[in-house]
Amino acid sequence: MAEIRIERVTKLFKGTRAADDVSLTIGDGEFMVLLGPSGCGKTTLLRSIAGLEQIDGGRIVIGDRDVTELPPRRRNIAMVFQSYAVFPHMTVFENIAFGLRMRRAAKGDIDRQVREAAELLHIENLLDRFPAETSGGQRQRIAVARALAMEPQVLLMDEPLSNLDALLRLEARAELKRLLGEIGSTTIYVTHDQVEAMSMGDRVAVMRAGKLVQVSDPLTIYDAPVDRFVGGFIGNPPMNFLPARAERRDGGRVAVLEDAGEVRLAEGEDLDGPVLLGIRAENVELVEAGSTGVLHGRVLVVEPLGSHNLVTLQVGAEQLKATTRPDHRLERDQEVGIRIDADRIRWLDAEREVAIGADAVAGPGAGLGPVTAEERDAGTPAAST
Amino acid sequence: MTPAPQAVPMPRRRSGRERLIGRGLIYLAATLLALFILAPIYLIAVSAFTPRESAFDFPRSVIPTAVSTDTILFFLNASGVIDAFWRSVIVALITLGLSLLIGAPAGYAIARYAFRGRGAYRLAVLATRAFPIVILAIPLAVTYRLWGIDDTVLGVALMHTALALPFTVLITSSVFISVPRELEEAAQTLGCNPLQAFVRVSLPLALPGLAAAAIFTWVLSWNDVFAAVILTLRNPTLPAKILTALTQSPIYYQFAAGFVMLIPSVVVIFFIRRYLLGLWGRVVK
Repeated sequence: MAEIRIERVTKLFKGTRAADDVSLTIGDGEFMVLLGPSGCGKTTLLRSIAGLEQIDGGRIVIGDRDVTELPPRRRNIAMVFQSYAVFPHMTVFENIAFGLRMRRAAKGDIDRQVREAAELLHIENLLDRFPAETSGGQRQRIAVARALAMEPQVLLMDEPLSNLDALLRLEARAELKRLLGEIGSTTIYVTHDQVEAMSMGDRVAVMRAGKLVQVSDPLTIYDAPVDRFVGGFIGNPPMNFLPARAERRDGGRVAVLEDAGEVRLAEGEDLDGPVLLGIRAENVELVEAGSTGVLHGRVLVVEPLGSHNLVTLQVGAEQLKATTRPDHRLERDQEVGIRIDADRIRWLDAEREVAIGADAVAGPGAGLGPVTAEERDAGTPAAST
Repeated sequence: MTPAPQAVPMPRRRSGRERLIGRGLIYLAATLLALFILAPIYLIAVSAFTPRESAFDFPRSVIPTAVSTDTILFFLNASGVIDAFWRSVIVALITLGLSLLIGAPAGYAIARYAFRGRGAYRLAVLATRAFPIVILAIPLAVTYRLWGIDDTVLGVALMHTALALPFTVLITSSVFISVPRELEEAAQTLGCNPLQAFVRVSLPLALPGLAAAAIFTWVLSWNDVFAAVILTLRNPTLPAKILTALTQSPIYYQFAAGFVMLIPSVVVIFFIRRYLLGLWGRVVK
């Protein structure tokens, strides 16, 4: 158990900054998820903490020790690799025992710790097998058991579930969360899967282009993204962003959406000029066309998903996604009224695309523009098989 | 290992009979290939162990009618043959050791480290073999005399090492490329320094490939006549001895010589073979 302090860490790769002045403190026993699209530098940061990459600036402190210059074996960490990296020429037992043997632990201790780790992951019946005789899911467990047997201060995981098929991944996710909750070790977990990040992390650190964008608990990240990128990357469907213009009207303030109507601002909102209206699909209510105080739009597509319907609407020149109850009947091209929950709106500066009033919590990577198609693909569960 | 047909996606289910025919054809091809290689070896062995007169029999009997060790013993007792045999073995062993000792780390470096001029280095290693050794013959002999290593076992071994190294480097580099780097990194997070990670993880996994390189090196050294003839005079290796002394000998001695040449290679390949097949059969990617 230990706190990890990452202080102004920079890592260069052939001129690009894979990690750019990253500072992050992970509390003792905390489960921190590093989330971001592929190429954002999250794996580089993890490997720097492990000591597998030499950093070009800053320092890394684990517990009370500055480990910046230490090789991996002296950092008291254990790592689970994306490819699992189990040793094919050793039995499962020897794989799990490997680190303990390197430490020259007593034979009895090795035996006990290997069996304990194997029991935690329910692979005690595989100990005599070679990795080639196990399935992908079992290899993933072997890799986790091998890391846990070391009883490390810090557990580092690099996309440990991404090589499992979808069903197994769902199961392994809950299992891993339970397990790590029991052990209570400080964990840094890298993933590009936003669902994994949301469901597992105590806190999520969103990275982009080598910089931190936002570090918060999952629900804050979901409800109050600091910029358009985070809102678009987290959640399925992504948060809606509609351009609007805030104006004073009848003693209060409204946001005017071109060709669609206007939305009354919540009490105390003090906006003026061009803004972006950010709203989650589930905070949009579809009502009868022509109701008072609503935007008007037209139904483009209705996708029944069982638990709810996903409706795509044309609102002025923009498209908006909304979810409705599964029994809510809507026809294509039907005109509808759109009621937006004013308290759930996330207002963004139209130019910088950073949430208004969020500058204090926004990381240096905030405001680098909307999610690109490529980044978006990396974040959807369907694409992360 | 038995083939696992269900592991391979098939366009359609093949009937049992088709599968039987397919397997039969594979065995047939394997048998023919084995015969192609083994038949001459067998005939040489038979000729080496039959009485001298029957070497000229026609038609030759495939099954030896009379066994005799006269020919082979006479050949072995001829002056210098046993010495030449051991010289050859020692030369081949030194060559094997040196080329793995130098070649494997070089191959590892090419596989793992992105250093300046890696591509050029790889090409240069191979280009040395494009240089005809005939051109080098005289300068080499002169240099060896100057250094005082002409007509010695070490001298021949050094030459063979030079000949074998390019291939050793290329074979071992491709072997080490196939060992995932993450395995070494995992070993390092589990308490190994880089050298320990190499010895405990990469080396065992690379053994089959290293065995292949070893066989190649052994055969190259054992078979080499050219360098041996240039560089030795009174202390020839076995092939050099056979070439210079036996070209004028009767055919039954040539058979005996051929048989003696064969045996060490067969023995060496027999022992290295199990590493070639891999000690654990299947390797996880």
